Amino acid sequence: MSHTVESSADQLAVGFARVLRSLEIPAPLDSVLTFMNALALVGVTDRSAVYWAGRSTLVRRPEDISAYDKAFAVFWEHRESVALPEEDTQSVTVALDTEEEGSDGGEADASDEPTITVRFSGVETLREKDFADYSDDEMRQAQQFMETLRVAGTPRPSLRTLPTRFRGRRPDMRRTVRASLAAAGEPMRRHWTTPGTKPRRIVFLLDVSGSMEPYARALVRFVHAGVAGRQRVEAFTLGTRLTRVTRELSSKDPDRALRATGEQVHDWSGGTRLGETMRLFNDQWGVRGMARGAIVVILSDGWDRGDPEVLAEQMARLQRVAFRVVWVNPLKVTPGYAPLARGMAAALPFVDNFVEGHSLDALEHLTRVINHA
Amino acid sequence: MPIQPSSTHDVSEALAANGYLADEGLATAVFLSLSLGRPLFLEGEAGVGKTELAKTIARWQDAELIRLQCYEGIDASQAVYDWDYSRQLLHLRAAEASGEASRSGTEALEGQLYDERFLLKRAILRAIDQADGKRPVLLIDEIDRADDEFEAYLLEVLSDFQVTVPEIGTFKAATPPIVILTSNRTRDVHDALKRRCLYHWVEHPTFDREVAIVQLRVPEAGEVLARQVAGAVEALRGISLYKPPGVAETIDWATALGRLGVTQIDETVVEQTLGTVLKYREDQSRVRDHGIGAIVQQAFDRGLLHG
Ligand SMILES: Nc1ncnc2c1ncn2[C@@H]1O[C@H](COP(=O)(O)OP(=O)(O)OP(=O)(O)O)[C@@H](O)[C@H]1O
Ligand SMILES: [Mg+2]
Repeated sequence: MSHTVESSADQLAVGFARVLRSLEIPAPLDSVLTFMNALALVGVTDRSAVYWAGRSTLVRRPEDISAYDKAFAVFWEHRESVALPEEDTQSVTVALDTEEEGSDGGEADASDEPTITVRFSGVETLREKDFADYSDDEMRQAQQFMETLRVAGTPRPSLRTLPTRFRGRRPDMRRTVRASLAAAGEPMRRHWTTPGTKPRRIVFLLDVSGSMEPYARALVRFVHAGVAGRQRVEAFTLGTRLTRVTRELSSKDPDRALRATGEQVHDWSGGTRLGETMRLFNDQWGVRGMARGAIVVILSDGWDRGDPEVLAEQMARLQRVAFRVVWVNPLKVTPGYAPLARGMAAALPFVDNFVEGHSLDALEHLTRVINHA
Repeated sequence: MPIQPSSTHDVSEALAANGYLADEGLATAVFLSLSLGRPLFLEGEAGVGKTELAKTIARWQDAELIRLQCYEGIDASQAVYDWDYSRQLLHLRAAEASGEASRSGTEALEGQLYDERFLLKRAILRAIDQADGKRPVLLIDEIDRADDEFEAYLLEVLSDFQVTVPEIGTFKAATPPIVILTSNRTRDVHDALKRRCLYHWVEHPTFDREVAIVQLRVPEAGEVLARQVAGAVEALRGISLYKPPGVAETIDWATALGRLGVTQIDETVVEQTLGTVLKYREDQSRVRDHGIGAIVQQAFDRGLLHG
């Protein structure tokens, strides 16, 4: 094992990030990747170069500096003893462990000397790794990454403007031109606009039926990252019934949000009535207004026990009012899947973007699709 | 042509040659930022040299410095682009007068109005819309004063370095600019934006570095005076003041003392020139209560040239 530890700067970076996390410094995947790139530039032999490479890539608040210093001292100065965990004369022992076992990601031991357990998992491969194969710990790491994915109907203040009765900051050239041509000969009347700042609404519809089980626990985190702390983002779960979970997911604390959602959703991992629940959504919320002009993101494998005609009809209704319909299918990459899901086939003609959703990379792509919709 | 340093050391040397003395941490952050093509986020108290670093990098790189000063309520029309309405209106009037307006119709006229020649490019668009091979320095100064929406917008721009003007199309940077963001931390900037960047918390310089900065910037002040001024400033930072003096104040103070022909400080000159180093009346009286003598004493101890 000592060979693994010494041989790769990347693994050192991952291990160090784990130590930081155990000291409550968030070290999300993208930052760890940047740290690896930084190490490739400054090398790993000069201690202070490594220190500063880590400081500029992994620390973003002055309050975290002292914890970082502590972690650095533990990890980089006792690197040799790391390979020999028995020799724990230090006050803090760093145990490196390359096995995938258990679900504890590094907790204190029974003794009063804290033991930090560090497990490796290739960060780069995690980006492409299928959610279905995730350990709990990887799921936690992935969550941090997802929080960096900002799905946003970002307000673009100057790009969209609204007419106003008042003399605003900027003239409305379009209406001025029209009015002036219509009034041929009349003195020109100037129209004004004020910048409109409303982002497009985003509505997530997450399929939580049994067939989605391996993916729903990852995707609900993605949806949480999209909803939390943001206005104009809505979320529903689809199973045997329709449940609105916007309020539950809006807590910034992911654990609390996920717990609240779990309590609210009663059909988790149950059956699917995709067409029927889409009808409920359209009737109760979507067509009434929520989906109008919105970006609607459906996260589902498209398995439906019901009549595909019902789903097709509801998708058509949805597409008529929505600005854009995005379908995220975690099974899209699975060989041989496509012909099997009748529901999916029925829905596809009414979908503007059909994308993958099985990995972090896929979700990053999805974010781009949503933001540029 | 952009200059690509090959090490942290290179960066320190180049900055020093351009009048800026960076410590290893800052030099590393600059090196990584230039090498990885990531924006650099500098946070720290007033007067620690954040803005100056951006200017120095521009000088070193022989690049244009494009500065975007942030303030509350700043939006894309001030930061990215706007339409030149008065010129558009003039154009419209001329078209009306010549009868061209009614001849060519609404669509054509609108097309003429939303042409690039009526586009006012603001800092961000200017930084993106550069001729091939040019890599300007885009300084987004005091981002903590802008609001959330603007941050969200910046996050997007800093991810793909492109800006879309619906009427014209998409501008994309051939070479992404060197981007430096600064914050005095009057509020926390969203973590997502910081993650896009390399981060450096800029501290007040150490005593030795501050002496070196004074000697570099105020060569007319002798070494003893430089050490005493740096020592006095260090002492002042140790008392809790509303606004502890930054490097800017140290330089101002040394300059003022040099101009007075002072070679060594004493209680009287400190008393006379306290206003150049402490900007708030409350801070000045706080120091008087603390005792100017004590400050001078500490400055003298620091001023001694050992060896
Ligand atoms: N390391 C340094 N080397 C040389 N000069 C420095 C250094 N640090 C600061 N200075 C000088 O200190 C002055 C203040 O720096 P600057 O205006 O960049 O501070 P700032 O951090 O941007 O402050 P503020 O938050 O008030 O804008 C400048 O005149 C600059 O020349
Ligand atoms: Mg400044």
